[in-house]
Amino acid sequence: MHSHPDLTHGVIHGLGWLYSLLLLANVGWTLRSYKRDGEFESVLGFQHIPKATIWAFYSAFLLLLAVTHLTSSSDPSQFLIRLPDWFKTIVDYIFSDARIYFGLSMVAFVAMLWKRDFLSTDTVGWVMFNLACLFLAISLTDYDFRQIVGKPDNVPIVGMLFLVGYFTWLYFKKAGDNDRRMAEGRPLAEKELKDEVLVWPDLVYSEMVCMLLLSALLIVWGVLLQAPLEEPGSAVKTPNPSKAPWYFLGLQEMLVYFDPWLAGIVLPLMIMQGLMAIPYIDFNKKGNGYYCYNDRKFSVITFLLGFLPLWVGMIVLGTFVRGPNWNMFGLYEFWDVHKLEVLNNVNLSEYFWVRWLGMPLPSVNSAAPFWEQALQIFKREGLGILLTLGYLMILPHLMALTVLRKFYIRMGVIRYMVLANLILFMALLPIKMVLRWAFSLKYIVAIPEWFFNI
Amino acid sequence: MSIGETIRNSQIWRSIFRHPAPTDRRNRAVVVLTNFFLHLHPVSAKKGGIELSYTWCMGGVTFFLFLVEALTGVLLMFYYRPTLEWAFTDIRALRDVTTLGIMREIHRWGAHAMVITVWLHMYRVFLTGSYKPPREFNWVIGVILLVLTLLLSFTGYLLPWDQLAIWAITVGSNMARAHPFLGHEGPGFQLLNVGGYDLITNASDARFLLLGARNVGEETLNRFYILHCVAVPIVISLLIAIHFWRVRKDGGISQPL
Repeated sequence: MHSHPDLTHGVIHGLGWLYSLLLLANVGWTLRSYKRDGEFESVLGFQHIPKATIWAFYSAFLLLLAVTHLTSSSDPSQFLIRLPDWFKTIVDYIFSDARIYFGLSMVAFVAMLWKRDFLSTDTVGWVMFNLACLFLAISLTDYDFRQIVGKPDNVPIVGMLFLVGYFTWLYFKKAGDNDRRMAEGRPLAEKELKDEVLVWPDLVYSEMVCMLLLSALLIVWGVLLQAPLEEPGSAVKTPNPSKAPWYFLGLQEMLVYFDPWLAGIVLPLMIMQGLMAIPYIDFNKKGNGYYCYNDRKFSVITFLLGFLPLWVGMIVLGTFVRGPNWNMFGLYEFWDVHKLEVLNNVNLSEYFWVRWLGMPLPSVNSAAPFWEQALQIFKREGLGILLTLGYLMILPHLMALTVLRKFYIRMGVIRYMVLANLILFMALLPIKMVLRWAFSLKYIVAIPEWFFNI
Repeated sequence: MSIGETIRNSQIWRSIFRHPAPTDRRNRAVVVLTNFFLHLHPVSAKKGGIELSYTWCMGGVTFFLFLVEALTGVLLMFYYRPTLEWAFTDIRALRDVTTLGIMREIHRWGAHAMVITVWLHMYRVFLTGSYKPPREFNWVIGVILLVLTLLLSFTGYLLPWDQLAIWAITVGSNMARAHPFLGHEGPGFQLLNVGGYDLITNASDARFLLLGARNVGEETLNRFYILHCVAVPIVISLLIAIHFWRVRKDGGISQPL
């Protein structure tokens, strides 16, 4: 282990300022709650207790926290407000195992869709925001967490998580509002604001305020946080881990499950094509120009699935969790270069020939002519090749007859085939993940002779 | 006559702004129509369409960040030399001694922010169904702009020439080595050969095209510098112009029909 202290005076005071900001926000929220949220019917026999009382107590708690941190002058190692070890253990356990990480993120995703009306109320949104801030603040008392989250290039990702969370919340709030309006036969929220207003001043002024705030933000950000500059580049000193820029870490994460030609070329191209194809395969005329969920569940769920757990979720994984040797490390875990993870992955062909048929793998004579070699390879990898071909060529037809029948009828052959292939390509990743976790499957088709592994 | 009025009535002012101050309805329309920068906007818009909680302002923010990047980028170009000898030391000097070296910070954080806001803009456009007819093609342009934004950021990542830079680019560009048919470790490259000689080798494949060499080196630095400062910005500027023009031609900010 390392001997760095978890807490220093600087960290404690910094956290004091963080809690002060959160306090300020919650004082504002308390006032808002006092005006809007009304009163409890009765609390322990007392009448007329405003609901804002809870927020007032919480703000008082934050005040205490802030004061305790800001006035602390004793030995930081004696400072009591820090992460309990049991909490570290649980979080590390979740984050250092891809199965639990993706399993829980899918659970969270389904829960988000299922409980969207509850989650998108103002109060619940504020509670979630506070929990996220408290989690961040208390986690910052951990040295290893600070090392990874505090990396200058990783700071924007933390900001992005808050922004993505906020905008997702805002979407569900507005979509839920419109869904209820439509169910009750009332006009859409957007339609209630259909008056024409002049762009000068109604738009240009908000644009200007926006530009000023952004400029201020960038300057403050630039002053507070120095851009990273490591040692001069050297082609012989390979860092461990070597990471692509953060926005490509979702793609780099796919390298765990696929070879570079798929993870680095084919799948990114499919993502681009898939995004471009969206307007041409979404035949649903509803939901054009306003927020809604019920009228276009399929497209929204597909997009959210791709954006939240599979894109943002994998960036988080690649940035904060992947450490030396591309092993997974808990958020509070020391990045130990010597951490060993047993990788004993087996190809489908080995399962088929060696384990199921009890025969040696058919050999491939590399000196043989091309076609002879191809036949030998096909014999060895036949099962995987047939499965892959069946997945991409037969499954769309089966889906057209069953689960996606309505789509097929309304879309016509070409649009349907594009949609089905995009969905199947998107599903490749979760499928390969599950196969890897359940059966330690390395490649479905393994033809290293031709650099063709799936 | 107050000073303000004197200025407003001077020949110079009136040669620039050919109308009275935008204080009444007519002149508030005229100001948008006659100003080069403002005429990106329509004269009027539906209140629901320009509401912040509807648009999230992320497209505009992205464009503003692009302008910030252009401005700070040009300033940095005055200082930075894209050679192995100087690249790293120039950036270090920007950090340590150069007046207004903070331009590098603003440039880098602005770049990260731009990647994020581009995603959020796309998120909003998707969630409001604004890619639906008649805006299908503008969505396609938007996807290309997203890719170009990532490319801009990626090419810029190399320029400081520190460990972070060269290894991120090495990891990222290694993918091109595995390009089907066009990478020397990709499936099917063997099919491209003439008389038994491979056309695709580590000195002729997609990765070589990207890097200008077999490994990330001085040729790569030059190549990425040109891509970052000239080639991609020209293309992206053109597409941004088309993107904005199409927003107007396709009916302005989307609203329920």
